[in-house]
Amino acid sequence: MADGVVRSKKTQNKTVARPRTALLTPFLSSNPCPDLDLCPRFSLSESRRSSSSRVAGVEDEGRTLEDFSAALAMNPFSSGTRLRDMIKAIRACKTAAEERAVVRKECAAIRSSISENDQDYSHRNIAKLMFIHMLGYPTHFGQMECLKLIASAGFPEKRIGYLGLMLLLDERQEVLMLVTNSLKQDLGHTNQYIVGLALCALGNICSAEMARDLAPEVERLLLTRDPNIKKKAALCSIRIIRKVPDLAENFSSPATSLLKEKHHGVLIAGVQLCTDLCKVSEDASNHLRKNCTEGLVRILKDICNSPYAPEYDIAGITDPFLHIRVLRLLRMLGHGDADTSEYINDILAQVASKTESNKNAGNAILYECVETIMGIEATSGLRVLAINILGRFLSNRDNNIRYVALNMLMKAISVDSQAVQRHRTTILECVKDSDASIRKRALELVFLLVNDTNAKPLTKELIDYLEVSDQDFKGDLTSKICSIIEKFSQEKKWYIDQMVKVLSLAGNYVKDNVWHALIVAISNAPDLQGYSVRSLYKAFQLSSEQVSLVQVTIWCIGEYGEMLVNNVGVLQVEEPMTVTESDAVDVLESCLTHHSTDITTQSMCLIALLKLSSRFPPSSGRVKEIITTHIGSVVLELQQRAIEFNSIIQRHQNIKSSLVERMPVLDESTFISKRAGSSQANISTEKSNQQLPSGASLKLSNGVAKPAASPLVDLLDLSLDDTPVPTSTSNDFLHDLLDVGLTNSSSSGVASASGTDILMDLLSIGTPVQSNTTPENGSSIKGFNDILPIAKPNTATVQVVDLLDGLASNGSHPGAQSPVHPSITAYQSSTLKITFSFTKQPDKPQVTQIHATFMNLSSEAYTDFIFQAAVPKFIQLHLDPANSNHLPASGNGRITQTFTITNTQHGQKPLAMRIRIAYKVSNQERLEQGQINNFPPGL
Amino acid sequence: MIHFVILLSRQGKVRLTKWYSPYQQKERATVIRELSGLILSRGPKLCNFVEWKGYKVVYRRYASLYFCMCIDQDDNELEILEIIHHFVEILDRYFGSVCELDLIFNFHKAYYILDEILIAGELQESSKKTVARLIAAQDTMVETAKEEAGSISNMISQAM
Repeated sequence: MADGVVRSKKTQNKTVARPRTALLTPFLSSNPCPDLDLCPRFSLSESRRSSSSRVAGVEDEGRTLEDFSAALAMNPFSSGTRLRDMIKAIRACKTAAEERAVVRKECAAIRSSISENDQDYSHRNIAKLMFIHMLGYPTHFGQMECLKLIASAGFPEKRIGYLGLMLLLDERQEVLMLVTNSLKQDLGHTNQYIVGLALCALGNICSAEMARDLAPEVERLLLTRDPNIKKKAALCSIRIIRKVPDLAENFSSPATSLLKEKHHGVLIAGVQLCTDLCKVSEDASNHLRKNCTEGLVRILKDICNSPYAPEYDIAGITDPFLHIRVLRLLRMLGHGDADTSEYINDILAQVASKTESNKNAGNAILYECVETIMGIEATSGLRVLAINILGRFLSNRDNNIRYVALNMLMKAISVDSQAVQRHRTTILECVKDSDASIRKRALELVFLLVNDTNAKPLTKELIDYLEVSDQDFKGDLTSKICSIIEKFSQEKKWYIDQMVKVLSLAGNYVKDNVWHALIVAISNAPDLQGYSVRSLYKAFQLSSEQVSLVQVTIWCIGEYGEMLVNNVGVLQVEEPMTVTESDAVDVLESCLTHHSTDITTQSMCLIALLKLSSRFPPSSGRVKEIITTHIGSVVLELQQRAIEFNSIIQRHQNIKSSLVERMPVLDESTFISKRAGSSQANISTEKSNQQLPSGASLKLSNGVAKPAASPLVDLLDLSLDDTPVPTSTSNDFLHDLLDVGLTNSSSSGVASASGTDILMDLLSIGTPVQSNTTPENGSSIKGFNDILPIAKPNTATVQVVDLLDGLASNGSHPGAQSPVHPSITAYQSSTLKITFSFTKQPDKPQVTQIHATFMNLSSEAYTDFIFQAAVPKFIQLHLDPANSNHLPASGNGRITQTFTITNTQHGQKPLAMRIRIAYKVSNQERLEQGQINNFPPGL
Repeated sequence: MIHFVILLSRQGKVRLTKWYSPYQQKERATVIRELSGLILSRGPKLCNFVEWKGYKVVYRRYASLYFCMCIDQDDNELEILEIIHHFVEILDRYFGSVCELDLIFNFHKAYYILDEILIAGELQESSKKTVARLIAAQDTMVETAKEEAGSISNMISQAM
C-alpha cells in the first residue's frame, strides 16, 4: 500500500483541520436541478483550505452504531474498542505495516469475542469486520456471526446482520444456504422494514437454489398493499428470474398488475420486472404486448405532460428514470411487431421532440428514445427525427453526449447508413479526440462507415492522423487502417503505397500477417516490384526504426535488388533516383549491425546479402566480409547462416546463382484463404501445413523436411524450432510463400531442383538422425535428398559445407553422376573430415570398394594417423594400407585409404560402420570415434 | 443492470463496494485495482465512461470521491450518471453537506441508503423524499431499541 506517504501528509493536515470537502456545492440546495457539468470537481488542495467546521459534528454526533452497542453493553469491563476508534486508529497508521498490525489486533479481538459467544458485541464486531473487509483483509470468520445476527429478534441486529451478509458473503458460498430459513421467516414478518431487509438481501445475493426456495414468498409479497414492500419484491423477482428463468411465468401476471400502480417506486420496479420478463420468456412478452402497451403509453404520456412535481423532478423533467424504463420496455414490446410499433409511434415522436436537451437528464431520455426508435419498426419520419437527434448530440460540446452519440450511430448504421454517412467528417474528427473512450468508439464507427467510394479519402485522413496519434492508440488505429486498406484496395499500387506509409509511420504496430500479405502482393505484381523496392528504400531512409518496414525492405532488396539499382520498371509518377549497388548493401549492413535489430531481421539480412552477392557480383567480396563477421555470432541461428552462406560464396560460385534465385510467386488467393484459416486457431505450423491444398506432405517440426514437393520451405523459416525466436507467426507465411511455388521450381530444371534440395537440407541440420533409405531412389539428386538428413547431430554446422563439396564435385563433372552411388561425408568433426566414394563391379553387387579421403581441418598437422573400422557381422571388411600417416594442417593435404566391403545380406540390410581415428597433434594423442549410417542405399 | 458500485477516493482507497453480480473476493480485489488505475488517471475534461472488459464503467467525481458503477454495453450511460447523482443528493440530504469523512465513519449508513436506492442492480426509488423517509423510519426503530435496551440495563443496575 503506497498509501502510507499520502496518509502521513493527511495526518499532518488533520492536526490543523480535517480535510473535509462537501461532495456537493451549497448552491445545490437552492437549485434542485443542477446540470451535471456544473457539479464540483474540486482539487483537494483547495478543499483543504476551505475545510468546514462541521468536523466536530462527525466526531461527536451520536448517530453511529457503537453508541447503541455501548448502551447495550452489560459488561462495563469489556475491552473491545468502539468502531469509530478502530477507524481512527487505522487512519492514523502511517505505513502499511502499521495498518496490518492494527487490523491483526482487531481481528484477534473479534475472533475471541466471537468464540466467547459475546452477544452484546456481535453487531459491533460485524460492523468492524465490514470496514476491515473494505480494506481488503480476509473476514470469512465473521460469516457465521452475520447469520446469528439475522436470526436474532431485534431490528438493529437484523439490519447490521443483513448488511454484513451482503458484504461479506457472495452467492457462491455455501454458508449462504444456512440463511434461507431466516430469510423465509423474515419475509413473513409483520414489520414491513424487516420484510424489506430480507427482500433487499435476497435481491442482492440470492443463488439459484434460494431463488427456487423463496420464489413463492416473493410472489406473495408482490401483492401486498405496502408500496415499499411491493417495489422491493418486484426487484427481488428480477433477480429470481435472472437466476431461474423457468420461474418467469409465475411472475408475469403479478408484474402486469404492478403497472397499474401510481407510486413511482413501484412503477419503476414493475416496469423493470416486465422488461426482464420479456428477455427471458416469449410468452410473457406476448402477454405484456397484448395487455400493457396501452397502459405504458398512458404512463409515459402522464409523466411527459405532468405539471411540476417536486418529488420526482430532475432538471425540469418529471422522473426521467421512469421515462427511460418505460421507453426501454416499449422497445422490447415493439421490436419486430408492426402493430405495437405503430401504436407507440406518436408518443415516441412526442418524447423525441418535446424533451429538453440542455440537461443530462433530458439527454438521457432522448438517448433512450432514439434507441427505442431504432429498435422498433418505426416510420421513416420518426427515424429521421432520431438520426437528427444523434447529429445534434454529435456536435455537442459535452464529451459524454458525443460518446453516446457515437455509440448510438453504430446501431443506426444498419438502419440508415446514408444518414450516418452524412456525419462522416464529424465522426472522423472524433477519432482525433483527446479522450480515449471517444476515440475508440469513433474508430470503430469509422471502420463501419468505410465503403468503396470513401475508402481512399478516409484512409488518407486516418494515416495522416496516425503520425500524431497517442502511442497507446497507435496499435488499434494501425490494425484498423490495415484492414481497411486490405479490404478496400482496388489497385495494387494504391495498396502498396498505403502500406508503405503505414509501415513507415507505425511499422512497430503492424501485425506480422499484415506485412506478409504485403510481400505476397508485391511478389505477385511483376510490374510494380521495381517501384515497390524503390519506395521501400526511400521510406527506409526516413524511418529505419520501424521493424516491419525494415523487414519488408530487406526482403524486397534481397529479391529485387537489381531493380533498385538499375531502375527497372520506373512508373511515370516516380521521381528518378540513383542507388548504387553498395547503397543497397549499406542498407542491409546497417540493419544487420544495428543494435536494436532482432534475430529475425538479422537472419533476413543474411539471406538478402547472400542473394545480393549473386545479383551484384562486384559487391560479392564486401558481402562475404559482412557475412564472415557473423561466423562467430553467439546466436546459433545467425552463426549457422553465416557459416553456410560463407561457404556458398567461397566455394560454390558455380551453383550460387541457382541457389539464390528469386522466390517463386505465391498464389494470392491460396495465401488469403490460408491466412483466414490459420488466423482462427493460434497459428500452428503443423496445422497450416496440413491445410496445404497442393497435398504436399511436408512436416516442419524440427525442421525435418520429408522428401515431399516443398523443399524450399525452411529457407525463410526464421524461427527454427531449436532457436527460440519471438516471431512465431512470421515464418508461417514465408514458408508458405515458398512451398507453393515449389512445383514450378522442380519443373524448371534439374539445376534449380538440386539447388532447392540442398537448401532444404541446409536447414534441416541438427535434426535427430533419420534413416530415409528408400531403395527406389536412383537419381543422384534424390540420393542427396536422402543422405543429407542423416547427418550426425553433433557435427551439424560444419557438415553442410561438406554436403556442398559433394555436390560441387557432382555438379561440376556431369559425367560423375553416372555412378549409382554418390560419395558421402562419412564423418565430420571440427578437426577432421572423412569422405567416402564408392565403386562397384557390376557383376558383384555385394562387394563395394570404398575410397576414404581424410582431411585435416585444424591448423596443426597430425602425425601417426591411424584409421580403424568395425562392421556388423553380416559384412566383411578388408582394409588396405593408407598412403600416408601424416596429415598436413588446414586441408593442405590428404590421406587416402581404400577398403573393400562385402555385404552378405545385400539388398536386405544397409551398410553400417563404426570408425575410430587415432592421431597425434604435437605429440599428444587424440582419438575420434563415430558411426556411419549414411551409406547410399543399394550397397 | 448495474453489476457493481464502487466508491474510490482520489488515492485509490475503497470507501464503499456493492456487488450485484457474483464476484469472488479475489476477483473483487482485481477489479478494484484495475478500475482505480483506469479511472483515477483520467483527466477532468474527458467523458465519464470507460470501456472495460466488455462492460462500461460510468464514473463521476465529487470532490475527492469517485463514484463508479459498472453496467452492460447496451445500458444507458447517461441515466447511470443521473442515478449516481441521485445517490449523492440523498447522501447529501441525510448527512447534511456530505463529505468523504462522513462516508468513512458512517459507511454502514451509506450502505443502508444505497440499499434503499438499488436492489439487484436496478433502481428502486426515484423519489429522494421517500428514501429519506424510509431511512429515517428505520433509524428511529434502532433508536427506540437502543433506548429500551438502555432502560433495561438501568433497571438491572438499579435492581442490583
